Amino acid sequence: MNFYYFSSPSTFYRLAGKLAPWFFALALVSGIAGMYSGFVVAPTDAQQGEVYRVIFIHVPAAWMSMFTYFVMACYGAVSLTFNTRLAAMMARALAPTGAMFTFVALWTGAFWGRPTWGAYWVWDARLTSELVLLFLYIGFMALANSFEDARRGDRAAALLALIGLVNLPIIYFSVQWWNTLHQGSSVSFKGTSMHVAMLWAMLLMMFSFWMYAIGVALVRCRTIILERERRTQWVRSLT
Amino acid sequence: MNAAAAPMPAAAGGSFGAGFAWAFSRDLTLSLRHPGEALLVVAFFVLVATLFPLGVGADPQLLARIGPGVIWVCALLAAFLSLPGLFAGDYADGTLEQMTLSPHPMPGWVAGKIAAHWVASGLPLTVLSPLLGLQYGLDAQTLGTLVLALLLGTPTLSLLGAACSALALGARGSGVLLALLALPLFVPVLIFGAGAAEAQAASLSPTPHLSLLGAGLILATMGLPFAACTAIRIALD
Repeated sequence: MNFYYFSSPSTFYRLAGKLAPWFFALALVSGIAGMYSGFVVAPTDAQQGEVYRVIFIHVPAAWMSMFTYFVMACYGAVSLTFNTRLAAMMARALAPTGAMFTFVALWTGAFWGRPTWGAYWVWDARLTSELVLLFLYIGFMALANSFEDARRGDRAAALLALIGLVNLPIIYFSVQWWNTLHQGSSVSFKGTSMHVAMLWAMLLMMFSFWMYAIGVALVRCRTIILERERRTQWVRSLT
Repeated sequence: MNAAAAPMPAAAGGSFGAGFAWAFSRDLTLSLRHPGEALLVVAFFVLVATLFPLGVGADPQLLARIGPGVIWVCALLAAFLSLPGLFAGDYADGTLEQMTLSPHPMPGWVAGKIAAHWVASGLPLTVLSPLLGLQYGLDAQTLGTLVLALLLGTPTLSLLGAACSALALGARGSGVLLALLALPLFVPVLIFGAGAAEAQAASLSPTPHLSLLGAGLILATMGLPFAACTAIRIALD
């Protein structure tokens, strides 16, 4: 099968329409399983009490906020180097989801910070760099939509995404580089310092968010395709 | 903007250095012939820095504490204010398009324009900052660190701002858009720049902050002129 078959918006439109429900179903199932194991199965934390349970939303959202930006920048790089339309559309489709995850990570972090640190917000390296990430997402969306010519917006926003990529390692390593209030990572490839039920809950939620991000990006990409290609024959024949 | 300086030499083979020198001297001549714009930025810088003591109260200890940070934020805003003039004027009248047709490699003259922008906006702010620092009651060593940090940091601001203003060329509502693009990217420079002077004021060594600013400047010099070139090419497509 030709891999490039689906790089055409018209074929990808159909593929995305078929795939999206599956990703949403996976997100729903793993989300319910993750919530159940997070809120019912996982034991109460010895130090933080019940408050810690916010990590089942917070940590996956924070991971996804960075990962989505990385994927978005990769799509941007592909669209700039190969001048492809679909990659730019996918980059645009990912941006609102990434911004939403960034916002959720900041918001849930604030709710966790109030009882644990005694403050909703501290000007710590990780929080600040995550806030900058939110502004990068907003800037990406604003730049992409501020040109008459949509392709022009695609290219400019892709370049901005690549410049902003510098921020990702800063967020990721901020807890190691600076002596911050934000705690270090509990999960690594070498092993984990968490209870196994907690880890499972977190991984399930992570998977759920990931699947949701893919599903929603596919749906959004479909609407972008329809908007861009509204004058073509194949879109008109859809109705 | 009609070419105030000598027209671009029409030599067959261009070079990075010649393009840099040509654009640098042209933009500098232009800003010297219209000194109002650069002076406005400086006036804005001084004015905003003057507003803070009026707003937060004239307690000398408090002012000495917030002084470096305030001066940095003012420098950031002033640098941002002068950005639209960097490419937008040349873009509007088609000069930018003619420049891309020149035999000189594009990063050369783009870097020259950025350097001229820094000399016209970042350098005056750096030179003026000790004066503002005195108003805030900073001691001599902190003043020295502040100037050094601004000297290392403001070129980075010009480079980052150049890439962002090239991206925003021809956009709707480009002024607000430019703020949204540039200011978040300025944040690391602000943190390390203000951090250097604050560390000095707290009798700690400012060298880590200054080293990071220098490293940032080197990285920005290596990468951002090329990013600005790509953005200009996108704008002129």
